[in-house]
Amino acid sequence: MTKKRRLAVSEPVEGASGKTGSWRTYRPEVDRGKCNECGLCILYCPEAAISEDHEVDLRYCKGCGICANECPKKAIVMKREEQ
Amino acid sequence: MVERDIELLECGHRACAGCGLAMAARLMLKAVGKDVIIVSATGCMEVFSTPYPETAWKVPWIHSLFENAAGVGSGIEASLRRQGRSEKVVIIGGDGATFDIGIQCISGAFERGHDITYICYDNEAYMNTGIQRSGATPYDASTTTSPAGKHSFGNTRPKKDLPAIMAAHGSPYVATATIAFPMDMMKKIERAVATKGPCYVQVHSPCATGWGFESDQTMTIGKLAVESGLWVNFEMVNGEVTRVKKVVRKPVEEYLITQKRFRHLFRPVRQEEEIAKIQAYADRNAEKFSLDIKQQKK
Repeated sequence: MTKKRRLAVSEPVEGASGKTGSWRTYRPEVDRGKCNECGLCILYCPEAAISEDHEVDLRYCKGCGICANECPKKAIVMKREEQ
Repeated sequence: MVERDIELLECGHRACAGCGLAMAARLMLKAVGKDVIIVSATGCMEVFSTPYPETAWKVPWIHSLFENAAGVGSGIEASLRRQGRSEKVVIIGGDGATFDIGIQCISGAFERGHDITYICYDNEAYMNTGIQRSGATPYDASTTTSPAGKHSFGNTRPKKDLPAIMAAHGSPYVATATIAFPMDMMKKIERAVATKGPCYVQVHSPCATGWGFESDQTMTIGKLAVESGLWVNFEMVNGEVTRVKKVVRKPVEEYLITQKRFRHLFRPVRQEEEIAKIQAYADRNAEKFSLDIKQQKK
């Protein structure tokens, strides 16, 4: 453990609250054939879990489905996670 | 300049799936940039992003109490100005911290004319503590402290008109935005930060848990709120409304029926009278801001 802090100072860590990907029930899958790389899913993702080349970071994606709902080409499909 | 690829809120925070607020925080930071000190009031935003000793913010961030965010912010601003530093001070509060608990500190900060930007993320109740009604809860919404039942249709009071109160303080720039129109929201926040003096931006951010809808519907509901006329996107410069988002209005029930907090208006029996009252609020908004797009043909 780090030395005792005098002030209540927090430091930024990637995935500060753990790997939130474990919350997911539905997994987004990108159909590269349909995707026209408009970037709307990147803009709309509340997690910032979609990278610039439209790869979903499944370690942090909570599976909310906003990207699939907002995709104008319907290139993202939500598939149920295997048990 | 809005830098779209800059990401200052780390992923892996504790917001619910489909949280409108997490998106509001992300977009806000994109608009504000790195050169900022964020002052946060107690609320969902503070709780989900900074469980001690961790934080999802990559910019300086401070939290003190529920009621004094604007006071802390004005102190920081005064100190920065004294030191000749150029950082911007952005204060973030929920609708509870803004409309109810913190309003005297906000009023004080606006009256003293500090160079701050106050952003209120409006999810229309105290979501963090378990969906209690606030001054921003709309008419007839069912919350845990205004439950709908045999003798009640939920919240009995309409939403407080806080943008008008802030404009009455002589604020040079007051705006309302919604996360469903992200580019518009980023532009407004950017303008508020660039404007000298105390500015206020109120951001409509749907809450999947509190309002009761599927997590993928966040943006759809944000858009419906604007299209039904129950939320108005406008800009006020020196107290004058300069720009309004005009819409082809939809009936309010299209917005109400999507959410569990208004379910008692449709089931078991349809409450025509109550829906008509809510429609009247939308009509009043439409008249006040001339929301309706005029038809071209004669």
